[in-house]
Amino acid sequence: MSPKRCYRLPPPGVDLSKLTGTLIVIEGPDASGRSTHVELLAQWLEQKGFAVAQVGLKRSALVGAELEQAKQGNVLSPRTLSLFYATDFYDQMENVMVPALRAGYVVIADRYIYTLMARDIVRGADPAWVESVYGMALIPDAVLYFMVSARTLVERTFQSHGQLDYWESGMDTNLGNDWFDSFMKYQRRIRGEYMRMQKKYGFEIVNANRSIRAVDADLRARVERVLEKTIVG
Amino acid sequence: MSKNNLPGKLVAVEGLDGSGKSTQVHLMHQWLSGLGYRVFFTQWNSSDLVKEATRKGKKRQLLTPTTFSLIHATDFADRYERQILPMLKAGYIVFCDRYIFTSYARDAVRGCDASWLRQLYGYAILPDITFYYDLPLETALERILEGRPRLKYFEAGMDLGLSADIYESFRIFQGRVLESYKSMAKEFDFTVMDATKPIHSLQEKAREIISERIDLSVYRKRTAL
Repeated sequence: MSPKRCYRLPPPGVDLSKLTGTLIVIEGPDASGRSTHVELLAQWLEQKGFAVAQVGLKRSALVGAELEQAKQGNVLSPRTLSLFYATDFYDQMENVMVPALRAGYVVIADRYIYTLMARDIVRGADPAWVESVYGMALIPDAVLYFMVSARTLVERTFQSHGQLDYWESGMDTNLGNDWFDSFMKYQRRIRGEYMRMQKKYGFEIVNANRSIRAVDADLRARVERVLEKTIVG
Repeated sequence: MSKNNLPGKLVAVEGLDGSGKSTQVHLMHQWLSGLGYRVFFTQWNSSDLVKEATRKGKKRQLLTPTTFSLIHATDFADRYERQILPMLKAGYIVFCDRYIFTSYARDAVRGCDASWLRQLYGYAILPDITFYYDLPLETALERILEGRPRLKYFEAGMDLGLSADIYESFRIFQGRVLESYKSMAKEFDFTVMDATKPIHSLQEKAREIISERIDLSVYRKRTAL
């Protein structure tokens, strides 16, 4: 059992005392293979007899759909979008993650506050403000960061979608009109933010340039170590 | 939070439900817009984008103190960055029916950490004038509860589990919000208005204060009407 804490104060009314489950966060950009590996990991854990719950961005019952809609229109200011995401995050934390952790589940988060903070900071938000907003977030038992070169991301994105994504190219951040150049610059900036956060928040870096099989084996070994510590120990 | 150094002026009204603040700010806005000044009016929880999500969350009682606070903060940020700040930069007098103090009061009563709330809205400029419509709790309750209206779940603070009876819950909740407002009056330099006075005399007083504290001639529209 692993006692859970939040970075700062817990949200009002949330009792952290009986959260016996394990919280594993997978972080990394789109096309880094995150979602594929979350699926593989969830299947493997279930086969081993662990109950698994999944959370991710824009999946809250409260504002998930509205957030998706707002992103299509590109009409929200960065701060508004940022707070909308924070609402989405805490709704899932209080209504999905905490109950699942209380019931002893392994919760896998496909992205967490670090992506949200990195995006906000790259868009000019005050880091102290962002950290305060997310100060009530649960501290995960492990954060596995999928590191992929920007070049590999481009190739994987073209392979699966045939085009670059507006937001993942940072087209709203005025890095230039050229999607490719903007994508490369934006992804490097985001990675810079992750690297700054890595020490502070203790990310483990997963080399995701490798094959699915190699990454999966690596992940299983890491998750196994976390489970030994949190469940047995 | 910083003071307003922008060309425009920011006037906010705060107070309990039933304090008459919305009526007062409506009349202030009417007064100056009728005289041809550059004015703008905005209301708490009214941004188109966020309103739908808030409505749904309230109706289905999905909100926790944290998400209740954040969804209102999202609404405020949208209006602040899209309207309030650009209007202040363009030299408008902006009237706000409820400002960040509403969140400071209500959300703190719901258990949100006071310093977290201050950070959350820390980017917002302090109003030049914050009219606080002060009313004894019993009078506010009488005005609202007269005729036993249908109270809404969150408006009555039912999410706090104060009482199974919605009217009793409303009383307790409003009482706490009132205390919270009172504790902020000095810190944020509220201009306290005695909301038991008649509407017309309250409005005269407000207009007097605005004329004293804002050089209105600056805000006349450049083109004749």
